[in-house]
Amino acid sequence: MASKRAAEVSQPTSPQSTELLRELVAHLRQNRTQLREEWANRITEAQLLTAMTKEEIFAEATSVYDNYVEALATGTFEALQAYARNLSERIIPRGVETHEVVGIVLLLRDVLARSLFAKYQADFTKLNRILDAYEPAANRIANTVAVGFVQERERVIRQQQEAIRELSTPVLQVRERLLILPIIGVIDPQRARQLTEQLLRGIRTNRAKVVVIDITGVAAMDAAVANHLVQTVEASRLLGATVIVTGLSPEIAQTIVNIGVDLGKMNTVGDLQGGIEQAERLLGYKVIPVAELALPT
Amino acid sequence: MQVPILKQGRYLIATIQAALSDEDLLQLRSTLLDRVVHFRSRGVVVDVTALDVMDSFATRTLRDITYMIRLRGADTVIVGIQPEVAFAMVQLGLTLEGVATALDLEEGLAHLEQRARLNP
Repeated sequence: MASKRAAEVSQPTSPQSTELLRELVAHLRQNRTQLREEWANRITEAQLLTAMTKEEIFAEATSVYDNYVEALATGTFEALQAYARNLSERIIPRGVETHEVVGIVLLLRDVLARSLFAKYQADFTKLNRILDAYEPAANRIANTVAVGFVQERERVIRQQQEAIRELSTPVLQVRERLLILPIIGVIDPQRARQLTEQLLRGIRTNRAKVVVIDITGVAAMDAAVANHLVQTVEASRLLGATVIVTGLSPEIAQTIVNIGVDLGKMNTVGDLQGGIEQAERLLGYKVIPVAELALPT
Repeated sequence: MQVPILKQGRYLIATIQAALSDEDLLQLRSTLLDRVVHFRSRGVVVDVTALDVMDSFATRTLRDITYMIRLRGADTVIVGIQPEVAFAMVQLGLTLEGVATALDLEEGLAHLEQRARLNP
């Protein structure tokens, strides 16, 4: 049986298969209500799309079904692709998983194939020819929907990464003309570049005179990143701001000494508190406890 | 292109308004050195806000101008280096060592005032 089918597949005559597809589409349109319902039932049975209500599943099933038949009929996938993307956009935030989406499309494929079996069981040759026309198209549809879903997910992930990256290097104003830049975690070259960009821009917009970069939360950095840090300090100076680096770990101190930085250019203080105190001195602030002020002189 | 040099009280302000050729830079150097003594200025502000690129010749000339003006008895401050320009300069190793820099004209003048207060 398999060999016979293979022989037929090897010579697909396109007008004929178009004819078959047309017949197929007519069949699917005719039995729309029944097939759609069966499909929705199968989805519920298989416990897919549990995040959605039965009504929602039915509504989605209807439009997926129509788009599916449309793609079969026209042989173009743009509309389906757009729909798949739109669908993914709506269901990803509700926690629908990849296997569920692939699962429902494969279920639809099965339901339709079953109905074809039922219809053409008397005429085996015809059934084979119909399946030859149906299967490649159905596979492509399944592929399109799955890829659309995964792409949408990846887009969401990329967006979130971007958001995390921006959150990861806050430039904060502590006092007029004083910024702090607390850095936590691993600095890779990309993050280092972004950090520099944000800091230099922050100096401009906040008209900062002193910046404290606190790297207590950074365990180690390689020579390239350490070098980048030193360059950032120098670039800040060109903008007229003094940079104080605080909280260097022994490992980072070692790295910086190893790459041979001229320490005259780098202003370092042990901890963040010391850094802010020195910055305040540079800016001409003096912090006096209220109690001391109240003392009679 | 000529760089306009304005006198503002005890200070001179040179605003570079477009990319300068090497000759223009040398012209700026000699004009500034003349004017500093002529007006008995205490300080010079060179504003480079409009420049979106600074090559090694420009950087070196600015540094030379600063040193030479110091020898003529005044302070110089370079103001308005753009963030992107600053980082590009550092990456090329052009760090304007020993040259005072400030964010903008206002800051630059404040810096000169402060210097004047320290050594009246």
